[in-house]
Amino acid sequence: MTTRGNVAARTAPSGSVRGGFFAFGALVMMETDVNAPMTIKDSSLPGHTRERLVVIGNGMAGCRAVEEVLARDPARYAITIFGAEPRVNYNRIMLSPVLSGEKAFDDIVINPQAWYDDNAITLVSGDPVASIDRAAQIVVSASGRIEPYDRLLIATGSDPFIIPVPGKNLAGVVTFRDLDDVDKMLAAAETGGAAVVIGGGLLGLEAAHGLSLRGMAVTVIHLMPTLMERQLDEAAGFLLKTELERRGQVILTSADTAEIIEAGGHVAGVRLKDGREISADIVVMAVGIKPSVALAKAAGLEVERGILVDDHMVTSDPAILAVGECVQHRGNCYGLVAPLWDMCRALADHATGAPTGYEGSVTSTKLKVSGIDLFSAGDFSGGDGAEDIVMRDAARGIYKRVVVKDNRLVGAVLYGDTADGNWYFDLLKKGEDISNIREALIFGQAFADASAHGGGALLDSNAAVAALSDDAEICGCNGVSKGKVVGCILGGAQSLDAVRSSCKASASCGSCTGLVESLLSLTLGGEVERKEKTVCKCTSFTHDDIRRLIVEKELKAIPQVMQALHWTTPDGCASCRPALNYYLLCALPGEYVDDQQSRFVNERMHANIQKDGTYSVVPRMWGGLTNPRELRAIADVVEKFNAPMVKVTGGQRLDIFGIKKEDLPAVWADLNAAGMVSGHAYGKSLRTVKTCVGSEWCRFGTQDSTGLGVKIEHMTWGSWMPHKFKIAVSGCPRNCAEATIKDFGVVCVDSGYELHVGGNGGIKVRATDLLCKVETEAEAMEVCAAFIQLYREQAHYLERTAPWIERVGLDHVKAGLFDDPDAVRRLAARFAYSQSFMQDDPWAKRAAGDESELHQHLAEVRPLEFVS
Amino acid sequence: MIGAMTGQWLDIGPVDQISPGNARTLPVRGGEEIAVFHTLDNQFYALVNKCPHKQGPLSQGIVHGNVVTCPLHNWNISLKTGEALGEDKGCVPTIPLRVDAGRLYLLREAVVGKKVA
Ligand code: SRM
Ligand SMILES: Cc1cc2nc3c(=O)[nH]c(=O)nc-3n(C[C@H](O)[C@H](O)[C@H](O)COP(=O)(O)OP(=O)(O)OC[C@H]3O[C@@H](n4cnc5c(N)ncnc54)[C@H](O)[C@@H]3O)c2cc1C
Ligand code: SF4
Ligand code: FES
Repeated sequence: MTTRGNVAARTAPSGSVRGGFFAFGALVMMETDVNAPMTIKDSSLPGHTRERLVVIGNGMAGCRAVEEVLARDPARYAITIFGAEPRVNYNRIMLSPVLSGEKAFDDIVINPQAWYDDNAITLVSGDPVASIDRAAQIVVSASGRIEPYDRLLIATGSDPFIIPVPGKNLAGVVTFRDLDDVDKMLAAAETGGAAVVIGGGLLGLEAAHGLSLRGMAVTVIHLMPTLMERQLDEAAGFLLKTELERRGQVILTSADTAEIIEAGGHVAGVRLKDGREISADIVVMAVGIKPSVALAKAAGLEVERGILVDDHMVTSDPAILAVGECVQHRGNCYGLVAPLWDMCRALADHATGAPTGYEGSVTSTKLKVSGIDLFSAGDFSGGDGAEDIVMRDAARGIYKRVVVKDNRLVGAVLYGDTADGNWYFDLLKKGEDISNIREALIFGQAFADASAHGGGALLDSNAAVAALSDDAEICGCNGVSKGKVVGCILGGAQSLDAVRSSCKASASCGSCTGLVESLLSLTLGGEVERKEKTVCKCTSFTHDDIRRLIVEKELKAIPQVMQALHWTTPDGCASCRPALNYYLLCALPGEYVDDQQSRFVNERMHANIQKDGTYSVVPRMWGGLTNPRELRAIADVVEKFNAPMVKVTGGQRLDIFGIKKEDLPAVWADLNAAGMVSGHAYGKSLRTVKTCVGSEWCRFGTQDSTGLGVKIEHMTWGSWMPHKFKIAVSGCPRNCAEATIKDFGVVCVDSGYELHVGGNGGIKVRATDLLCKVETEAEAMEVCAAFIQLYREQAHYLERTAPWIERVGLDHVKAGLFDDPDAVRRLAARFAYSQSFMQDDPWAKRAAGDESELHQHLAEVRPLEFVS
Repeated sequence: MIGAMTGQWLDIGPVDQISPGNARTLPVRGGEEIAVFHTLDNQFYALVNKCPHKQGPLSQGIVHGNVVTCPLHNWNISLKTGEALGEDKGCVPTIPLRVDAGRLYLLREAVVGKKVA
């Protein structure tokens, strides 16, 4: 053994330590370097009466605690620090820049060997403590070294959490916690290749960043739909994801790891639960950490998630203190350094006889990825009386959100511009009353200070705009100055729309809409009325603006629309989310992934909710036709699931009532088995195609109205629309199918087909307008498809064809269809393309187990008195 | 079935059973069904699954911020307090909920409390 000096004297004879540990210790000794330095120990100094402080953990908290103690009373303790890692104390958070190559290990050392020497601290590194004997007040290291203590400090930090999947122990699966992990990643990166990082939190993203800077192709797998979901809201998480993807990383959200794939004893890739496989030369597990409590637990200290400590960092044993990530204080375990500094202060105060106490910390987060500015702090879940103030600047990629409650800042999320992060954090921690800077809060410290010093006169956004010089640029897209906008308002443009059309300010991306509105109200006085209503209170845009901008700016997801169009709320509301979801779906057929959370319950459940919370189920009956097999299947379902009512609807089909959400998949499976699919009685989509008997049987019938109705229904079912859409085909002008109060109606005549549009038999009855007359079935179907597509592309969400046509005029619709002789063909082709993605039965997917959690209770609670 | 019927907090399983923006239900024998919500901001809330207006199942509403819009007549209900927002008046009981180490816990007495057949 290579032990030296008094170290040897302290090594126990083998008999006195429990055998297992010693044997293990001897093994460790052979390969690690116990670099216990030859410090002159307390016993040889006059101060040998010093209390013996032993620290387990040579990490950030352990060493900081020692620094704090030394600063208060350098002569009080004889200190020994055990570290499992074979190196001096370094700044763990800087491992990320070491990985990415922005720093070297030497740059991140906090306390070099000289610090230990100068303070007469014995560092026992590379030799973890294996056990604590509280009765004897000694610790025993893995190598068998015994160290008596008067005070013991446990600062063992955390262990990386390893998800329990097959292959987790393969060579090439690494964690990200200490320098050895970084070295392993660097070795892998030397040969290039592919890396998979499991975990899209702070740690995982920093690992991914480092590895991609080192030249690896990186895929991040994240269980939740939003990256860093604990620190970021949906909006900021989306911006972060977009930026990382732009840098070439592949980010898979809502992705659950099933197993780590092996080839030749080494990791070869990752398989997800949905079957996807990603090949990898290295897999980094960065899914979280758990406090390292094994030692404390074995010693019989009180431990829950972490080692329980009081406000002075004292554990259940008064001689033992604990600090850092391994502790649980007032129910909280922390995973960031800021709280540790506070803990260390309280610990040192207590250990040097001047106790103060630690009361817990509010934390803030920053991501150390160069070029990405991101900050979050506090509680941004909103809540009662809490109000969100959101500012977005799409051109500069900025999203800021502060949450205010009772005139106090309670949370903040900043993306793209974090300059004010510390200022917000400070306001938040101090709980200062912000009422006098409220209006200016979101613009940051400089602005708010100016407003606070405005001597009572609140610097609201209007005042800020008033203070701008005449040549200040208002609209960046079109290069319009404040002077020009004001000139154009004075010249008669007295509304936003008028300004937009006369000088083009705010006519492009719209980010300056607020500024233009301020100028309008400053110039004209009072609040400015807008002719057309905005979609909802979350935005200053109208439906038409949004539809146009989605296409123009190639927006592809709801959070992206919200960012680009400066939504004033973080995630929209029950009005705008469904509208945006539809607009994107219509603009990007086959590409846009429907957002279920933005759909009204009926469209999420594929059934109609009833007043008692049960559902009604309406299978499609093509053109109102049915047969014994379908009728039998419906009858069976009614009996099997005890449906209290079955009824013939006004839409020529059968409605089964009173089905529980848990039973829906089984009901659908039975109906599917008889060849029936969803009737979309719940959807903003094609409902029914009503038909009459027609030429096949009816003595007056001129054409096969039943057959045409069935064909039309097969062409149009499944499509999502701005509102529900009903069609009917009547065989003659007697019009038994009521085609002239439908969204699209066909009235057959001897010479062909009259096509009618814009009818409504509902709240406000409106008879159809005659659109045109065609000679063949094929033409009738093509015009039908074209009309639907025009409606899909132009109407506002929740606007049926009747109000749409009243708003835009029949001539506009006719022009859109017939001015260009090719328009019908092109519109119909776009409809057909979109339908190629829409026509699969949503019921079949659910019956096969898709989204099964929507149909299942979490669990059932049976209080004891009900358990029989 | 819930196994742990003892202790102050009732373990109702892992957080990832409810995807963000969704809610799931927990029927209680002899009591009111509970709706457990997961917001887009990753907060969790539990309410009695009955709208104060006409008993609509709140679990089926659209969740935005920490508000759920009732599926029946679009009342907005605060998930934090159970109160109807805006012009509407009414309140639904909330169930204290705790997230610990990736699992959801409901305050037992609020779930099975007062009511006994
Ligand atoms: C079931 C049915 C009544 C019946 O038993 O006959 C029905 C039931 C409902 N109708 Fe209807 N409508 C039904 C035919 C009609 C008809 C007649 C028709 O389609 O020929 C009309 C008038 C024609 C029209 O729409 O222009 C009709 C005009 C409405 C309206 C008013 C629409 C309007 O634009 O003014 C609403 C309200 C709405 O959609 O916002 C409505 C809404 C409803 C809702 C969805 C109310 C709701 O939101 O919960 C009802 C759902 C009950 C359920 O769970 O099934 N229902 N509803 C009919 C289903 C037809 C089908 O097979 O799908
Ligand atoms: C890559 C990375 C980036 C990070 N970035 C940030 C950031 O940007 N901001 C932030 O606030 N936080 C960050 N953190 C978290 C931060 O590093 C930790 O909160 C902090 O290090 C915790 O300090 P600690 O002393 O409790 O634990 P540690 O620093 O881990 O120290 C514990 C030490 O105890 C040793 N040990 C464990 N058991 C024994 C034993 N039985 N005997 C002897 N020694 C033992 C361990 O080897 C370790 O060296 C980051 C962490 C990592 C890994
Ligand atoms: S008319 Fe339609 S919406 Fe009204 S009660 Fe009857 S089914 Fe319901
Ligand atoms: S029952 Fe909820 S709004 Fe009417």
